Amino acid sequence: MKSPDLSSNTGGIKSPNPFWLASGPPTNTGYQICRAFEAGWGGAVWKTLTHDPIVNVSSRYGALDHDGRKMIGFNNIELITDRPLEDNLREITEVKRLFPKHAVIASLMVESNREAWHDIVKRAEDAGSDGLELNFGCPHGMSERGMGSAVGQVPEYAEMITTWVKEVARTPVLVKLTPNITDVRPVGRAAKRGGADGLSLINTINSIVGVDLDTFNPRPHVNGRGSHGGYCGPAVKPIALNMVQSIAADPEIAIPISGIGGVQQWQDGVEFMLLGSSSVQVCTAAMHYGFRVVETMLSGLETWMIEKGFTSLDDFIGASVQRIGNWNDLDMSYQVIARIDEDKCIHCGLCYIACEDGAHQSIDIFPTPISEFIAVHGATLENGSRKKFEESGGVRTLPGLGGGTVNVYKVNEETCVGCNLCSLVCPVSHCIEMVEEVRTDMPKITWREYQKRLAAGEMERLYPRPHAHRDYVPGRL
Amino acid sequence: MTETTRLAPGELAANFADLHPVYTRDEAVVEASGCLFCYDAPCTRACPTGIDVPRFIREILHDNPRAAAKTIFEENIFGGSCARACPTEVLCEGACVDRARSGAPIEIGRLQRYATDYAAERDLRFFEPGADSGKRVAIVGSGPAGLSCAHELRRLGHAVTVLEARDVPGGLNTLGIAAYKITREFSLQEIEPILDMGIDLRLNSPVDSASLKKLVADHDAVFIAIGLGETQRLDLPGEDIPGVWEALEFIYEMHRKPLDRCPVGRQVVVIGCGNTAIDASTAAVRLGAEEVTIAYRRSEREKSAYSYEYELGKVDGVRFEWFAQPVSFVETDGRLSAVRFVRTHLAEGNGRLATLEAIAGSEFEIPCDMAIKALGQSPVAELLSSIEGVKFGPAGVAIDRETFSTTRPGLFAGGDCTHKGKEIVNAVQDGKLAARSIDEYLSAKGSTR
Repeated sequence: MKSPDLSSNTGGIKSPNPFWLASGPPTNTGYQICRAFEAGWGGAVWKTLTHDPIVNVSSRYGALDHDGRKMIGFNNIELITDRPLEDNLREITEVKRLFPKHAVIASLMVESNREAWHDIVKRAEDAGSDGLELNFGCPHGMSERGMGSAVGQVPEYAEMITTWVKEVARTPVLVKLTPNITDVRPVGRAAKRGGADGLSLINTINSIVGVDLDTFNPRPHVNGRGSHGGYCGPAVKPIALNMVQSIAADPEIAIPISGIGGVQQWQDGVEFMLLGSSSVQVCTAAMHYGFRVVETMLSGLETWMIEKGFTSLDDFIGASVQRIGNWNDLDMSYQVIARIDEDKCIHCGLCYIACEDGAHQSIDIFPTPISEFIAVHGATLENGSRKKFEESGGVRTLPGLGGGTVNVYKVNEETCVGCNLCSLVCPVSHCIEMVEEVRTDMPKITWREYQKRLAAGEMERLYPRPHAHRDYVPGRL
Repeated sequence: MTETTRLAPGELAANFADLHPVYTRDEAVVEASGCLFCYDAPCTRACPTGIDVPRFIREILHDNPRAAAKTIFEENIFGGSCARACPTEVLCEGACVDRARSGAPIEIGRLQRYATDYAAERDLRFFEPGADSGKRVAIVGSGPAGLSCAHELRRLGHAVTVLEARDVPGGLNTLGIAAYKITREFSLQEIEPILDMGIDLRLNSPVDSASLKKLVADHDAVFIAIGLGETQRLDLPGEDIPGVWEALEFIYEMHRKPLDRCPVGRQVVVIGCGNTAIDASTAAVRLGAEEVTIAYRRSEREKSAYSYEYELGKVDGVRFEWFAQPVSFVETDGRLSAVRFVRTHLAEGNGRLATLEAIAGSEFEIPCDMAIKALGQSPVAELLSSIEGVKFGPAGVAIDRETFSTTRPGLFAGGDCTHKGKEIVNAVQDGKLAARSIDEYLSAKGSTR
């Protein structure tokens, strides 16, 4: 079978595959970027260059862990490069010599001064960069000095600086957007007006990742004090996807996107592409596991494309952009109902309690005596299914059996609103499926049409499905 | 005189080290992170004491082993012993739905051990005595049933006197569990917080029929938790010759003496294949016996040892002789030299109640210098039969399983003396529920005065 073509083009920046390292600690040096390219990364956005290296503080990073999983969220108060510009430029040249086909993009941030921008653009390009990324997004430190997100939050500044850069740039210019703004589109439009060839988003989100419960210090802290760090990692992906899609769907922008935010596995990258990204940038996953994480991103993307019959990235980039729209245009008659596959059910009860306490009280619990359960489910010692007894010292056990009963759970299809919650909490694959149901009590109609027809007296008021009713009885948590 | 071990001290200590060393903090959190936090959790329903397992596991996961310990002790004040000795494979872990999801249960017993050890190492206390009710309860027996009852009664504000026949408290917990599961030191340490609730413990205080009558007269209620009596006799020739042991007596030795002074044979035959038989056989191996054989008159299928225990025996190199019924103990030069068996076969029916028949001419001997009878214990009937109105059932003292009341008002009973012997966890639950029932009884009695 012919392998699909993974080569990528983002506003004129070409790379052998769409996975780039985002500007950050993993792209601090030529040494790291050589290792990354050897591992398989298609491109790398050099950690932001500036004229005078900054001085960092210690410590710098903090992480959000969740129930045994490390670093589902990550934040930092590290600034842009603390290395001399000359060193970085020399290494850019060296990396390009060793890896001519890989994309090296120079991230840039200097004071808001035309000459300063002209100078650094020329020098980065002279060193051999394949493109430039203007860092208008850094939320800490640099923003307090009138750079980074201080630029990215004001469309006029963003447009002005992009214009300055484009006056001299010979390579494609991406503008990196900050998410710390109510609507990301005005700045995207401003960058477009300034001549940007593409947009990168999102930069990190303002955050406090945590507080130490013994010292009361924020995490991370610098001698007892902290600052609003930039948040990233797997937990930010949904925010990033939303912003990428809103840019991709904006007809006034219509320039390529390099998507960033929480990508840690190939599926994340594909999602960014389906919502309009031409390339995908990754930082936290590489900081967590090293550069080899790209291997499974590449194998995953390739396998998926083969299975879907895609031969190039253009076959699917943006395919889901138009599937997002206003709530008011959703089909109110569409209905799904949860269905529990009782053969797969392991009787954990998570669906029940989630529905009971967190949703719509539409799953019923049936504590079933074991004799009855055996009769219904045919559980035996020999049975190879999940309903398998084990015997030890004459005592029979069954997963889910306690105190002589097994809890069986059933969906009340009359009141199930089809919210998905039970299927989301169920720990067993395909045990709870959301099944489409044809509704006869409601016409196929959007809220917008409904309002129109209601006002015109063309239809009656619609009512929601009947709600489940439970009486509060103390002592039954 | 049976010899003692020939093993080096280091070897002996290693043999009796913890079967499952306590988790580190990280190990506990990794294991805890696998728990699904089930609703109306099967593990909790499968626990005889109803410990809120998902809650304590979540407390471990969220770095609060102190609260986890309290959650455990709330339902089971012997949570530390149960973490070590419970047959979790047929209780909480047998019910764990992760068996169906991933093929293996969450290691609930070891997580419980982590939390209860955390509390024990720091000597934490979680409970206080209730406001003085003015009522006095006597408890006979300081095993898990007696002390669980005592603890709960103190929480409810009743004065408690516990009478213990032996010179140490704890009953089988202190003396009767294989030392690589529960050490005497641990058992005594676990009892400390219970005694600190203000219990008047009287050691070396065996109760006879006369003193029991007096106890009943002098107290508002009496709880009997005396466990079981002697190992059942086989009534076979040679049963009393030196070298023939009762399993519990053999295990008691390891809690009474330094291991290097415990008697053990070179060749040991254990009769019976329940959990006590496994305990005795693996203890013999660990003490340095060269060959240990478990002989059982039925087949592997009918053994009452749990699979986990059976595997432990096999791993320790215990040999199993099925369909072997003892007929006599052979004496040479005044001491045991072999056990003589006859082969059996299934005559009628199946399972543990099937009728066995000896095969004529199939007699054989297994040479040994130590034989251990692990046949289950008999109920102690004499003591209670002296009290008027107390009745007996097939399993021991007859009680109402809801109220733990014997047929005589004010006299309650629980634990092994009311059934043929179960797990520590069952005794603890009996004691706890009996205390609540006694409290109701005392309240009702008080209000009618």
